[in-house]
Amino acid sequence: MTASGTVSGTALGKAALPDKVHAWPGLLRIEGLVTLVAMIVLCVWSITIDAPLEEPANPSITPNPAKAPWYFLGLQELLVYFDPWIAGVLIPGFCILGLMAIPYLDVNPQGNGYYTLKRRAFALSTFLFGFFGLWIIPIIIGVFFRGPGWNLFWPWEEWDIHKVVSQNNVNLSYLLGIKGYWAEAIFGLVFLGAWFVLPPLMLWQKKAATNPTIKKMGIARYVITAFLFQSMMLVPLKIFARLVLHVKYFLVLPWFNV
Amino acid sequence: MTGIKEKPDTEKQDLTDHIAQSQIWKSIFRHGFTDTQRNRVLQMTAGFLLHTRPVRVWTHGIRLRYTWGAGGLTFLMYVVACITGIVLMFYYRPVPEYAYADMKYLKFDIPFGMFLRNMHRWSAHAMVILVLVHMLRVFLTGSYKKPREFNWVIGVCLLTLTLLLSFTGYLLPWDQLAMWAVTVGTNMARATPFVGHEGPFAEFLPFISPSFDARSFLLGGTLVGPGTLLRFYVLHCVVLPVVTTFLVFVHFYRIRKDGGISGPMKALEEES
Repeated sequence: MTASGTVSGTALGKAALPDKVHAWPGLLRIEGLVTLVAMIVLCVWSITIDAPLEEPANPSITPNPAKAPWYFLGLQELLVYFDPWIAGVLIPGFCILGLMAIPYLDVNPQGNGYYTLKRRAFALSTFLFGFFGLWIIPIIIGVFFRGPGWNLFWPWEEWDIHKVVSQNNVNLSYLLGIKGYWAEAIFGLVFLGAWFVLPPLMLWQKKAATNPTIKKMGIARYVITAFLFQSMMLVPLKIFARLVLHVKYFLVLPWFNV
Repeated sequence: MTGIKEKPDTEKQDLTDHIAQSQIWKSIFRHGFTDTQRNRVLQMTAGFLLHTRPVRVWTHGIRLRYTWGAGGLTFLMYVVACITGIVLMFYYRPVPEYAYADMKYLKFDIPFGMFLRNMHRWSAHAMVILVLVHMLRVFLTGSYKKPREFNWVIGVCLLTLTLLLSFTGYLLPWDQLAMWAVTVGTNMARATPFVGHEGPFAEFLPFISPSFDARSFLLGGTLVGPGTLLRFYVLHCVVLPVVTTFLVFVHFYRIRKDGGISGPMKALEEES
């Protein structure tokens, strides 16, 4: 124990390993300062900018566009590309369950307690893509770039409530020349089945014997991870298909469409 | 000990001493204030408020460059929102006849009413942003890994609760913004598979109808109306804060039980 209050508390005795410091004053001083700065910022924010208050609630006047609170605009943005039961129920549900599952699926012991990109390339790139690409950016688009009719406008552009955007979206099966109700349904099932099964299966066959991470994961973790990953990547796939190929649905069934 | 400061021989110091030696003071604070190892420990353990913290913390754990302070700031925003929220409850009635009028009273009649409302709303928004930032930091540092897996799960629950708290509060001003944002937000619920009347497979459950499904359960009716306002008010002011506060304490408790703020030491041990 040194006079400055630090305790060299590591069994390994390596010089690089961290020490401990007394919570008072080390931690509490920083907490106090950060609290002070945060409260000043919050007070200035509250003095200068008023919380919004519009006209009284009126069920007979629907604003155009009617936007959800900003933190849900990512989901509202997905309504452009998916039916409500997927955008509003399935995707948020998968987000919550998928996030909860992360610690039990990630078997890589490295990068625990420090910043590293190299040692966790897959985990980090997947998370950062989901966090920014599928969460933050859709929120920004929803907040700043959506106007009447949920059409795209620049933030500085005047909203034209009569703007019409032609949409000739067709189902993927139609695009590929597959006709007939059941033929289309079977094609959709095969397409989605292939999306969920083929890439993980090919990776498994190629890497399962040699890759130590996949070996360590085992089949159960691998299947769940692959399913969640492919579900997540279905979102950008559908967005791409809609924007570039004008695809309406991948799969059309009597009960639901994807 | 280098930490011990010599007593300056001034009158002010005498007064300080006099207070610090008084029966009242000593009955409250049982430790001295000279900077000694013993007092540094007693500061943390002798009182109720600080005993929730460890006496010693990892050096890296107090570095803002490492933690970004996001978790603590999220909690601070939650506390601010709770305190301002309780005061706001004095001035707010959750019925359509009064809810919007009370917003106007807050703005024009009640001293600092608008400041109070701003503080509540902006701290809530800051809390949503900070909880996302905190999750990002925890992921980037791999802090959800063994042995902190379950604390990450609690954290995800808290993220969900934060969003629900914010969403239920969004309706309470009872203006156009509130009503239609909540209409849009809850419209998704009618598309819930099986239990939403427009969702897939709802046709197999004959009792599911617009007035009896997941959405009507949330709204207390088929539209955002008086029932919704009261429901959201009770959720916002009672149910969700109680659950959130409970989980916040579990979250904090587990940080300590799981070995404090995550840090490179354990990782180095495992990898070496």
